[in-house]
Amino acid sequence: MHRNLKLIITREYLARVKNKTFVVMTFLSPLIMTAMFFLVYYLTMVNNQEVKTIGILDPTSLYTYEANSTDNFQFKKYENTDLNSALIDVMEKEYDGLLYIPKEIESSDYESEIEFFSNAAGNAIISKIENDISKIITNKKLEKAGVDISKLNDAKTRIDLKIENFSGEKTSKIESYIKIFFGGIAGYLIMMFIIIYGNMIMRSVIEEKTNRIVEIIISSVKPVDLMLGKIIGTSLAGVTQFVLWTIIGSFLLVVVSSVFGVEINQVNHTATAIENNEFAYILQSVMNLPILLLCVMFIIYFVLGYFLYSAIYAAIGAAVDSETDTQQFMFPIIMPLMLAVYVGFFSVINNPHGMISVVFSHIPLTSPIVMLMRIPFGVAWWEILISVLILMISVFMMVRIGAKIYKVGILKYGKKPTFKEMFKWLKY
Amino acid sequence: MIVAQNINKSFGKHQALTNFSIEIPEQSIYGLLGPNGAGKTTFLRILNQISVPDSGEILINNELLKKSDIQHIGYLPEERGLYKSMKVGEQILYLAQLKGLSKTEAKKRMFEWFEKLKIEDWSQKKIQDLSKGMAQKIQFIVTVIHQPKLLIFDEPFSGFDPVNAQIIKDQILALNRQGTTILFSTHRMESVEELCNHMALIHQSHKVLDGKVSEIKNSFKNNTFEVKLETENSELVLSSLQPRFELHQIKAFSNHLEFQMKAADNFSENDILRELIQLGKVQAFAERIPSVNEIFIQKVAGYAS
Repeated sequence: MHRNLKLIITREYLARVKNKTFVVMTFLSPLIMTAMFFLVYYLTMVNNQEVKTIGILDPTSLYTYEANSTDNFQFKKYENTDLNSALIDVMEKEYDGLLYIPKEIESSDYESEIEFFSNAAGNAIISKIENDISKIITNKKLEKAGVDISKLNDAKTRIDLKIENFSGEKTSKIESYIKIFFGGIAGYLIMMFIIIYGNMIMRSVIEEKTNRIVEIIISSVKPVDLMLGKIIGTSLAGVTQFVLWTIIGSFLLVVVSSVFGVEINQVNHTATAIENNEFAYILQSVMNLPILLLCVMFIIYFVLGYFLYSAIYAAIGAAVDSETDTQQFMFPIIMPLMLAVYVGFFSVINNPHGMISVVFSHIPLTSPIVMLMRIPFGVAWWEILISVLILMISVFMMVRIGAKIYKVGILKYGKKPTFKEMFKWLKY
Repeated sequence: MIVAQNINKSFGKHQALTNFSIEIPEQSIYGLLGPNGAGKTTFLRILNQISVPDSGEILINNELLKKSDIQHIGYLPEERGLYKSMKVGEQILYLAQLKGLSKTEAKKRMFEWFEKLKIEDWSQKKIQDLSKGMAQKIQFIVTVIHQPKLLIFDEPFSGFDPVNAQIIKDQILALNRQGTTILFSTHRMESVEELCNHMALIHQSHKVLDGKVSEIKNSFKNNTFEVKLETENSELVLSSLQPRFELHQIKAFSNHLEFQMKAADNFSENDILRELIQLGKVQAFAERIPSVNEIFIQKVAGYAS
């Protein structure tokens, strides 16, 4: 019977891989992704290079525009004109806005007195002007009260807590972001894979059922072998797709960066110049992660989680006659997956070893995602062991339950079954 | 020889087979007859080990049915189909390999069958490009390619067009002559009556009758004869017969008379003929053999009471 399982896996794998949609998706998605990435990158560049020109009508000389000009903002000062003619000039010359400061300001509420005219008041402009003016006025007031601004600036202190865990290893906020980033990616990948390929399994079960070939096949092989062969064959196709995506993606990245080479180097250059320390620190933090453990656990949770859900998907596929009938069964599958991702991104970030995180990293339907997100924060080995054991037992039981429903369901046509009926099938 | 002993099978509250026992002799053509829902398909699935009986057992040549027996059974289910997007050749090879053939052997036999059914150039075609009749030929090849000792056909001729049905019928008979045991199941009793030499009647999960077709039919003969008699005076003929015989389906024509007559058991054919000769010129005289359908209705009516 081992031979048959191999035959089924091969057929399922080839059927998936030879499918036109699969081929198109595999080779087109990285292209589209790269194109999107560079489009966004290009648009941001264009946006940033644009210089905003703003007119200023400031009889009070409060806003010292020369000092505040930057690469992105240019200021044009109006003198000895009234507001109307300044506005007309701004419109004619197509400036981005006009700032009007009517008189010397004494009270602490300037909202009603300082005006900004613009047809496209972007957030960047407004917050820059507001920040600048409030800084200027604050300084003025401090001077008036007899405070030496230069002394005040000297006295300003910026504190960064040096965070260490109890064994003395350094951690930091950035580091915990890196941890949630890696854990999050791992968890998210598992969720996507389960949904995409679980659906694929379900569709292929339904296809066999509507084709009516299934009875011919199970007169040669055990239904359980057919189901397992399907799950394994489809998952291998999925792995193939991921591997191809990685290869094509990195290849495209190399090609595109050699075309845009200069620009990317520039970006990197400025980044390193400014954040040299931080960058090195991030790198070091990544190196500090339990990468080997994370990889091994990713594979383990990935395989187990995938099998757990696939068995459910296969059972549902067997129970219904057509894909439109699957809707009511989809929600109970998607829900724990979504829940796991939300728990991961909210509870685990706030408190990786809190009650909720711990509980959900042991519940089999959510543990593959939640536990993977916790692992970068350091989880005791026995906790992982318990979680994996629970998951293994659940997979074992779920595959058996799934196989039972599958076995009965694939030979049933007509009426769409309810959960109650499917439960009855377990006793056949 | 395949023996089923006291098979019981239920699905939830529905009893599909009750104490079901039959014997299928080697090299016979065995008909499993009964209306829809009688339990035929359930029995075939048990024989194919697709489902397991609640109780009872199946023996093949005095050995309990085991997993490896699958390789010696060819099964064409009532609900049949093929992978639509797979090529004909790939598909046959895949299903043949699942039955235990090696790839090279499967390939060799596939082309032999292609030749027999005159479809040599089909192997690269996809099922979705074939007509229904063409797909049926492929299904037949899939069923017989591993040279099974037992061939099982569930409702074999439903969905086959007449030309294909005849081709398939001939191939089945040829296989039977070469020693294959054939098991048919159908609710259209007349369709396999001519083919089968053994049969069993199933009704509401029970077997109501089984045995050799000829013996069953003989045992259901009730001394009824179909008569065609040349006579000018039908009134006279009928009035002289009616006191001693039951007459049915009387049709009077201008110069002859057709009717069925049931005689008491102590009358032989010759006795009756002697009577008839005196009344007119006997154009046709034959004992009426009941059809399987009639036997079934008679049996089920008796069974229900």
